[in-house]
Amino acid sequence: MSSPLIEFDTRLLKVAQIGLRVRRIEEAISRKYKEGKMRCPVHLSIGQEIPAALIGTLRSREDMFVSSHRAHAHYLSVGGDLKAMMAEIYGKITGCSKGHGGSMHLFDKNAGFLGSSAIVGNSIPVGVGIALSNKLRGDLGLTFVFFGDGATEEGVFFESLNFAALWKLPVVFVCENNKYSVYTPLTSRQPISRDVTKLADSLGIVSIKVSDRNVAFALKKIAIELQKSRVIPQPLLIEIDTYRFLEHCGPNDDDHLGYRPKSEIENFKDHDPLMSLIAELIRASHLAVEDLEALEIVFSTEITEAFHFAEQSPFPTIESVLEIP
Amino acid sequence: MITKKTIFTDVIRETLSQELSSDDSLIVMGLGVNDPKGVFGTTLGLVERFGTHRVFETPTSENAMLGIAVGLAIKGHRVVLVHQRLDFFLLAFDQLINAATKWNFMFGGQTPIPITIRLILGRGWGQGPTHSQNLHALFAHLPGIKVVMPAFARDAGPLLSSSIRSDSPVIFLEDRWLHFQEQGEILESSISIGRHSVVRNGSDCTVIASGFMTIEAMRTASALEELGVSIHVVDLRTLKPLDVPFLVREVEKTGKAVIADSGPSFANFGKEIAYQINRAMFGGLEHWPIVVSGRDAHEPTSHGVIGEFKVSASDIAIAVFSALNREPDVKVLQKLKLEKWDVPNEEFTGPF
Repeated sequence: MSSPLIEFDTRLLKVAQIGLRVRRIEEAISRKYKEGKMRCPVHLSIGQEIPAALIGTLRSREDMFVSSHRAHAHYLSVGGDLKAMMAEIYGKITGCSKGHGGSMHLFDKNAGFLGSSAIVGNSIPVGVGIALSNKLRGDLGLTFVFFGDGATEEGVFFESLNFAALWKLPVVFVCENNKYSVYTPLTSRQPISRDVTKLADSLGIVSIKVSDRNVAFALKKIAIELQKSRVIPQPLLIEIDTYRFLEHCGPNDDDHLGYRPKSEIENFKDHDPLMSLIAELIRASHLAVEDLEALEIVFSTEITEAFHFAEQSPFPTIESVLEIP
Repeated sequence: MITKKTIFTDVIRETLSQELSSDDSLIVMGLGVNDPKGVFGTTLGLVERFGTHRVFETPTSENAMLGIAVGLAIKGHRVVLVHQRLDFFLLAFDQLINAATKWNFMFGGQTPIPITIRLILGRGWGQGPTHSQNLHALFAHLPGIKVVMPAFARDAGPLLSSSIRSDSPVIFLEDRWLHFQEQGEILESSISIGRHSVVRNGSDCTVIASGFMTIEAMRTASALEELGVSIHVVDLRTLKPLDVPFLVREVEKTGKAVIADSGPSFANFGKEIAYQINRAMFGGLEHWPIVVSGRDAHEPTSHGVIGEFKVSASDIAIAVFSALNREPDVKVLQKLKLEKWDVPNEEFTGPF
């Protein structure tokens, strides 16, 4: 196999850093979930951190974001507050959504993260509307809309792409293709010949397809296309091939269900894109082992603090819930 | 310039124009807003005055357009979305229920969503199963929403202004047949959402209605006056939120309540009002509240049968006679029935 690092790009360090931080946070949630204090569905991003880490690395200060049910990686990668996310998952009033939203409904205005929705496809037009406002007001920035392969089967996906193309909006559709909608494979949902980038092309939207197996190439390609969209506002669709390591929803794996071939799971785990990237960076001496260890300590400390904050925070009251329409 | 002769549709247009002038963030959009007919004239001329970045056409993508409106609202815009029929808007229920009404609550009150959705309800002239549904109860059922339904052109302007200025989503329902109504005397220059109105004073029975049913209730009241029956008519104007203490006070004046609601009978919105009145004044009522509603059936298109199908002034009269324990006056019922039922006025020749 050829080296994934075609040429070194310092931004790869940032991708690795963001991705590793997400991994450690998700692992901590997975570990502590059985304590029964995080009492809401969690859709963890372990295995598919790279797409979010790429966008988090390439974001500009004024960019905005919306996402779907599997939103932790997106929220964290673009700068969402960790403590507020943990408190939200714990159902506390100090959460980013005051305990109204839980894991699936995250929000951080300071980070430009303007909401995630657990209805598949639901936030796609919302992101388009944010981009429309930017265009109408001449505000800078791209709006990134994160969704999965399942969302491309929703009618609202076509409606939203059509409108974005018609108005030439500064919006980036980021399709994370992990090949499964819950437990149902792509092959049961779409013709084999289907290629979402071709769909986008036919709707008048520039598109690129990359894989988290080759992070350096993906970074380079996405960076070039984003730069074009920043200069001349136009919509862009990025399809990123990726893979979820754990169960669709919950802290464990669901390999015993047998809906994913064992060989497929092993193949993807053997090629863990995040850990491969980090190993490659170390091998090529772009990242020192001591620096990695220092990062791990930083992550571990802030994760411990975030869980402590979440556990110590109070729940919302019925009055505080009812006063918000 | 609005005068007594200005009709409902022009009141809507002038109000939109005023609101667009006074709030730079406001956007008006919908299929047909800039077409030659301008949504029954309600949006004609707005684009010339405010430009295509404030008043624009949309693709036939009802669901996405509401989501796009939510995105605009998150960024601080006020939005008016227009649909030529309520029925077309049903495609947008995901965005209505799971985004527009929820985005503020779901994220702990950080994103007001000031969107007004204008929906027009067809009646007569073969509107049939997919152009004439009165589904206001569906909307009123949702938390986080307001439902406004004017009966008079004179109220339409102030109510639309209040809707646009509301910080949460408003469903603004326009009965197509009211579009031809002249404004007449202005009674209130501003009307808050949630304020009902007594539109006729009477002593024998209180009739509560909204939209076109208020007009029918007024016809009933006029006809029964000839028999010496005095009807007290309350026009709801807002279906949600309801001002229950107000309604109770108006029912106490007669001791009897008839609620006229154009929606299908099962789980009808009028029954919510009946329950609220019962709950507040069970022992003080002279008769249980009667709900006059549409049928629990789909509406046919044929104009040969629609006169029988639709709930109208004669049904309200039957309910009033019942509340008063009187035999229905057949002549009055006949008179109320015989009035035009397929067109809003003599000049109307379709097509919708």
